[in-house]
Amino acid sequence: MENGVVLAMRKIGKVFPGVRALHDVDFTLRKGEIHALMGENGAGKSTLIKVLTGVYEKDAGEIYIDGEEGAITIRSPQEALSHGISPVYQEITLCPNLTVAENMYIGRTPGALVNWKQMEQKAGELLRNLNIPARPKQQLGSCSLAVQQMVAIARAVDGDCKVLILDEPTSSLDDKEVEMLFKLMRDLKARGVGIIFVTHFLEQVYAVSDRITVLRNGELVGEYEVGKLPQVELVAKMMGKELESLSVIKKDAQGGARAPETLYEAEGLSSSESRPFDFHIAKGEVNGFTGLLGSGRSESVRAIFGADRVTGGRVKVNGKPVRIAKPYDAMKHGIGYLPEDRKRDGIIADLSVRDNMILAMQVMKGFFHPISRADAEKFADEYIKALEIKTASQDTPVKSLSGGNQQKVILARWLLTHPQYLILDEPTRGIDVGTKTEIQRLVLKLAEEGMSVTFISSEIEEMLRTCSRLIVMRDRHIVGELTGGELTQEQVMHTIAGGGN
Amino acid sequence: MTTGTKNLRRREPLTDTQLLVTITVCIFFAMYAAAMLIWGGGFLRPQKVFDLLNDNAYLLIIACGLTTVMICGGIDISVGGVTSLVAMSCVAHMNNGGSVFTGALLALGIGLAFGAVMGYLVAYLEIQPFIVSLAGMFFARGMTTIISVDPIKNANEGFAGLMKTKIEIPWLGYTARNGNLIPARMEIGVVVALVIMVIFLVLLRKTKLGRSFYALGGNQQSALMLGVNVRRTRFLAHLLSGLLAGIAGFVFLMHTGAGNASNAAGAEMNAIASSIIGGTLLSGGVGNVLGTFFGVMTLSTIKSIVVTSGLRDPWWQSITTGAMLCFFILLQSVVLSRRGRHKAHLPAWLRGGAGKQNA
Repeated sequence: MENGVVLAMRKIGKVFPGVRALHDVDFTLRKGEIHALMGENGAGKSTLIKVLTGVYEKDAGEIYIDGEEGAITIRSPQEALSHGISPVYQEITLCPNLTVAENMYIGRTPGALVNWKQMEQKAGELLRNLNIPARPKQQLGSCSLAVQQMVAIARAVDGDCKVLILDEPTSSLDDKEVEMLFKLMRDLKARGVGIIFVTHFLEQVYAVSDRITVLRNGELVGEYEVGKLPQVELVAKMMGKELESLSVIKKDAQGGARAPETLYEAEGLSSSESRPFDFHIAKGEVNGFTGLLGSGRSESVRAIFGADRVTGGRVKVNGKPVRIAKPYDAMKHGIGYLPEDRKRDGIIADLSVRDNMILAMQVMKGFFHPISRADAEKFADEYIKALEIKTASQDTPVKSLSGGNQQKVILARWLLTHPQYLILDEPTRGIDVGTKTEIQRLVLKLAEEGMSVTFISSEIEEMLRTCSRLIVMRDRHIVGELTGGELTQEQVMHTIAGGGN
Repeated sequence: MTTGTKNLRRREPLTDTQLLVTITVCIFFAMYAAAMLIWGGGFLRPQKVFDLLNDNAYLLIIACGLTTVMICGGIDISVGGVTSLVAMSCVAHMNNGGSVFTGALLALGIGLAFGAVMGYLVAYLEIQPFIVSLAGMFFARGMTTIISVDPIKNANEGFAGLMKTKIEIPWLGYTARNGNLIPARMEIGVVVALVIMVIFLVLLRKTKLGRSFYALGGNQQSALMLGVNVRRTRFLAHLLSGLLAGIAGFVFLMHTGAGNASNAAGAEMNAIASSIIGGTLLSGGVGNVLGTFFGVMTLSTIKSIVVTSGLRDPWWQSITTGAMLCFFILLQSVVLSRRGRHKAHLPAWLRGGAGKQNA
């Protein structure tokens, strides 16, 4: 192995039934280096990390680690630890009811008894050494999330740690806390620990990393030094389009004859998950939020619908000021929302197609005015036909439908309430190409009939084809708005990367 | 940050467990003091405390086991049934030629068997503890009636001797009207209960197993990632609970001297109530057996107060227990949500200034 290299993964391959998750991926980590691992959804980042930490077994390739002869095998998280590979996950995997010291040493000390004094002393030394502002006897739950994250890191690097894996460590931290975490990362780097940093915040990558490895569709795109890779090129590499070869795609259809009147207007709207932002949509308009994964696009539309706790802002519907604090309020004002995660937030798997469809309508009518069986059957029939839902009957449990058809059932649920404004969050994820275009066509048709639609998709082409206005987000802020001739892939990437208009 | 050494020596804020236990202890003493002032008489004599202990020794033992299971985030409602089954089996065994020693072994055996089977179902087959122990409860109650529908009075002389043995503490006694000194009396069962309590205090605080119970209740997924053997830990919690229910059955028999199909009726519910009053959270991860001790004492004191104040009908005790429990859980959620981490949904007037929002 080369000098200074602490971890080398060579030609790693991993196949899941029907999917090639990783193919011929190389990854090299040097001593005292912070190495960012980047890629969009499904690029293979987490699969690579799981292979390295023994959660998955690799199907091909070799892993070498500093100080050990030959390739090593990692079959379990425990084996990974014994090779000096310690992961710290996005979700804090510590116990909030125990003290800081206990969290650092539980499960790692020999013997049947707990030596509190010794444990607290050792924990105190390590915390001081790493400048972590926590006290050993403090209950972990009383620390801020950032400090809890740092305690998890302290636990991981105690002992013989060569490779520290930080999987999205900053996703729930604010700016000041992120800075604290970065300081700790630089400290550890100075001690010679190699750090793999997985994140989707571009700015954080440039603030702290030395090198970037980009994956896409389970394959290695390349390894770059941070200074030699401008942000816009990084975005292009992650999305898989070379800047030069970007073709301008004209939209198939415009969002109908746009009436000038504004349907929905928000000023300084913020929720527990999103920063304050301004937003408006006209009658019959199709617009969209775009940005990389985690840029805050879903959080923004959830705020509009009241799906998260709304913390501030003024909202007007049809020019009248209204208060939307919870989804029911939004529904009363004719706003419908198709959530991103249809399995968790959308379908009720064991209920029939018909029952899933009439759900929102029933809520609107109130539970003391049940929808009659005959009506429900009529509505269900109508929409199964209109949306071409492939189901054995309307009594079939929704869970036995394909992803695309499940999505159509939820769409039918909202259409039944006759909304004036529909929000679709990733309606085409995980469904086949044919259904995708069907849904896109449907969106444009609804807009022509006067409905306003906000559309979110990870696929830029899809957004460009359907939306007449794109709101671009990065790191939880709106960084630009594109309309008309500006709606090109190149322009979107420039805006995401911070080029602006 | 001020001067380093001072900062290190500063007292830590109480943990959730310490806070809740402290609240219970304070309320118990306040209540007892109030009872002494208002009703005087019996409450002024130390014997009153010993009476409460004598009557509730078995409950304290059960509650220690239940607290352990609840700290893991589980529940065991079979304990009352097991207690009843053990008392009935032991009296039947000892009346039919068994010795006190084999009777005690039988008690331990039945308790361990119930604990092991239920622990296996809960920990390794991952069945809901409530369902498993509900089945255990019905099973144990049914078995009790199979052994005998009618009450069996103890006829074993050795055991009768054990029942009569009381520890006398003269300096805590009082002088009766006729001038005789009546010493304070404590049954052997109380000693057993107190020893068990101390053992569990140490177990939960000083051993890795004990801390694993807390880790499991705090966050099961995290506990797994931190290297705790989740299944074994959960199994052991139920095993211990069963074992203690077995011991409690024997202690119960020492107190009452007879096996009865309605032995220890509702004991599991009283034990759960005691644990909760003592600061154990049903959601797991918080609580200890010192709190449970004071929970048992608080509950029995309030019942005693109800009787002393002239409300002799049994339903008044039930109603008071209900009100008491309600008061404590409300108090606990208010206290914990004011600490800001436990996301209890409280109305604004209860939340006070705690709901601050960082802009």
